[in-house]
Amino acid sequence: MSISAPSAESRATALSFENLTVSFETEFSEVHAVKGISLEVYPGEVVALVGESGSGKSVTSTAAIGLLPSNANISGKAFVGGVNVVGLAENKMRKMRATEIAMVFQEPMTALNPVLTVERQLTESLELHGLAYGKEATARAIELLKLVGIPDPHKRIKQYPHQFSGGQRQRIVIAMAISCDPKVIIADEPTTALDVTVQAEILDLLRELKDKLNTGILLITHNMGVVADLADRVAVMFHGSLVETGTVDQVLNRPQHDYTKKLLASVPRLAAVDVTGTWTPAPPDPVSLDRELVLEAKNLVLEYDMRGTKFRAVDDLSFELERGKILGIVGESGSGKSTVAKAVLGLLPVASGVLAVQGTNLASLRPKESRAIRSKIGVIFQDPAASLNPRFPIGDCITEPMVVHKVGTRAERIKRAEELLDAVHLPRTVINRYPHELSGGQRQRICIARALTLDPELLIADEPTSALDVSVQAAVLEMIQELQSRYEFACLFVSHDLAVVDLLAHHVVVMKDGKAVEQGRVSDVLHSPQHDYTRKLLAAAPVPEPREQAERREARRLLLSAEAQQN
Amino acid sequence: MTIEKEPVEGAAVLLAEAEDAALARKDSTSLSQGQLIRRRFIAHRAAMISTVLLVFIALMAFTSIGYAGIPGWWGKDYTMAGTVINGGHPTLSLLPSWLGGPGLAWGEHPFGQDSTGKDYFALVMRGTQQSIIIAVVVGFVATVIGAIIGAVAGYYRGWVDAVLMRLTDLFIVIPLLVLAAVLGQIAGRSGNPTVVLALVLGLVTWTGLARLVRGEVLSLREREYVAAAQAMGATTRRVILKHLLPNTIGVIVVNATFAIAGAILLETSLSYLGFGVKAPDSSLGLLISQYQNAFTNRPWLFWWPGMIILTIALSVNFLGDGLRDAFDPRQTRKAKRRKKKVEVSE
Repeated sequence: MSISAPSAESRATALSFENLTVSFETEFSEVHAVKGISLEVYPGEVVALVGESGSGKSVTSTAAIGLLPSNANISGKAFVGGVNVVGLAENKMRKMRATEIAMVFQEPMTALNPVLTVERQLTESLELHGLAYGKEATARAIELLKLVGIPDPHKRIKQYPHQFSGGQRQRIVIAMAISCDPKVIIADEPTTALDVTVQAEILDLLRELKDKLNTGILLITHNMGVVADLADRVAVMFHGSLVETGTVDQVLNRPQHDYTKKLLASVPRLAAVDVTGTWTPAPPDPVSLDRELVLEAKNLVLEYDMRGTKFRAVDDLSFELERGKILGIVGESGSGKSTVAKAVLGLLPVASGVLAVQGTNLASLRPKESRAIRSKIGVIFQDPAASLNPRFPIGDCITEPMVVHKVGTRAERIKRAEELLDAVHLPRTVINRYPHELSGGQRQRICIARALTLDPELLIADEPTSALDVSVQAAVLEMIQELQSRYEFACLFVSHDLAVVDLLAHHVVVMKDGKAVEQGRVSDVLHSPQHDYTRKLLAAAPVPEPREQAERREARRLLLSAEAQQN
Repeated sequence: MTIEKEPVEGAAVLLAEAEDAALARKDSTSLSQGQLIRRRFIAHRAAMISTVLLVFIALMAFTSIGYAGIPGWWGKDYTMAGTVINGGHPTLSLLPSWLGGPGLAWGEHPFGQDSTGKDYFALVMRGTQQSIIIAVVVGFVATVIGAIIGAVAGYYRGWVDAVLMRLTDLFIVIPLLVLAAVLGQIAGRSGNPTVVLALVLGLVTWTGLARLVRGEVLSLREREYVAAAQAMGATTRRVILKHLLPNTIGVIVVNATFAIAGAILLETSLSYLGFGVKAPDSSLGLLISQYQNAFTNRPWLFWWPGMIILTIALSVNFLGDGLRDAFDPRQTRKAKRRKKKVEVSE
């Protein structure tokens, strides 16, 4: 399914960059974001622009649509449908947006205006560009909604964005993007904010649309699975330059540049999943009598109090976590997986059931006893930007648990901080630095060090790598593995990424709507899923290999159609 | 299923490695947030001029006539009456002799004399002292009360928040001037009327800050470092004092400067209305009220205190502006200025 790039003479490009350079004036210096890149997108083709944060991929696409901030200096050329948009007057650029070039944004929750109906937002660009007015525009809008797969578009067009689910909202954003038949669509991380099953649907939709409408798509993403699923050609960007361009098969399977090779090597991959269910499981682990349970949940119920009404986030959940083992909790957003972590951390009271750390039930503890338990639990959160107090130097961040539990003298604390910095492979000099001087991955390592300060029995990791780039994620995961084997703590690892859980965990609980649908050894659950939901999750997770991904897509289609027949 | 670790080849370095290398290369000077803010503040011209002006006025007021029994360098007392010389005209001259003026000179009564022959410079300096004391005390009291009430309400939410915020609303709905006037009367009977008046004003002007801090804390308390501190067993006291309040410092400092400016004006209004500082003591507002009728024949009796009030209030406001810009990392002024320079040089 790879299309070789047509020669420039045979077809006009939908979007092309010629030696584009972008730099930004900042408070203290000038930053070169894009250093002279050249790239073409032809009609009906998906070109994926991949790279890690700060590689300049979003800046490149924003330059094409003329939305860069005023402190940007742009040189070179960017052709949209044959017109150079670099230095184009704002009023001319405005006429080209939507009709020539359109954009699909990352976050569907904020890309739509919450106080306007979907109808107003869809007809807006049609009317602005004089393509259709009034009833005619509404009719076009209904057609568009039908095209992007919103059921019952006649009724739903009168509704407001909050009445749609996240995936449906992204469909509406896509409908807005294609409303004026643009020659090229820029999709900036279009599925990053979505769950895997929804992501798979949106990718299907984009694939369908570009064939139907013959639109070129510039896909900005960091997810190699998405690239393998959707892209025809791939351009790899690093530090503002293109290091490699080629068909998806060439780049993902036979990468030439060292950077691409290393980038691909750091992507965690799901081992081959047997969706058909003919896999023979390994014999069950022998239950040793002297095993030491660090964390145990029995019929655990957790509730949020929403102004008087209770919302049950976790319902009748049971699991066990042994010393030295990693238990993964996977699920989509709203499944209650992070709520479990919160309850273990004492940030949420237990509504009923048992949640015990080393045999002590958290639900029945007095505040003072519960503080003693806290010293046995370390935590790593998702967002490295928010998990360190910006006013604390790194040394204070790491030693805070010792201060809170009044452990050690000042000298001992500094010594411990230095030991931990060595353990997370950071130079000891960062002890006096501030969080804002470190990158996301480095901050996450500081969080790991802080979590280990008091030699905890239990480490709670709540999506610790989902805000990180793949190579940084690989480094952080490797570090958690290394430290875990050294210090032998038990770890509760909450994640939405099946590949990461597959890589790291020994046991896994799959959660859906607050209930555990399946649990057991990772090798059993993820490689031979018994429950339909687990199968669907696994089938929806894209793998970074185009041919395998095409097979998986087909398998997923079969799975879904079989399910549709059953109902 | 392991992550392959390949040695670094050529120029291709992954982001994770590149970041670590950059960190190792970094020189030892590390700027704390405080230092960054100080840098930005120093670059703010209006704020720096205001700071210098304020320090000058404060030094002038306290060293000239002295305070609390310590004598100053200005020989005359603000209560001492004397003979009116030259109709009480100010003797201060700023026009240098080469421009036809009498040259730079203080003279006997630089700010002139009032109708009973009191030295007006001493009176105005005394008034300035009072205004500055009130400003600082009110700024401090209002900030401490407002910050604590706001932080507690925002942190606990629920009924604590409801009670504290309704209390705040109560203070807001009563007209500030009336409240201050009634309490000021009571303050007037105490031993040190100025300081007590300032404390009273502080007790009624904390409301704005309480609301702002509450809003800020409501958003900060959802940050993960707060959750991390709670999860490691930190006490509520520690979370509020170490993690929440220091991160609202921007709001607090900026608001404190505006509270100070407001307090100076409030004291002025109160004294003008006769509820604040009373004769024979002096305050800038009192001086204006006493001599408002003298405006036509002896205008300097009105101008000197008026100008000093204006200067202090404006300077404090500019100072607040500068602080707000320094605390707000999204400011772009500097980048623009530099860009213009580049364009000119091209």
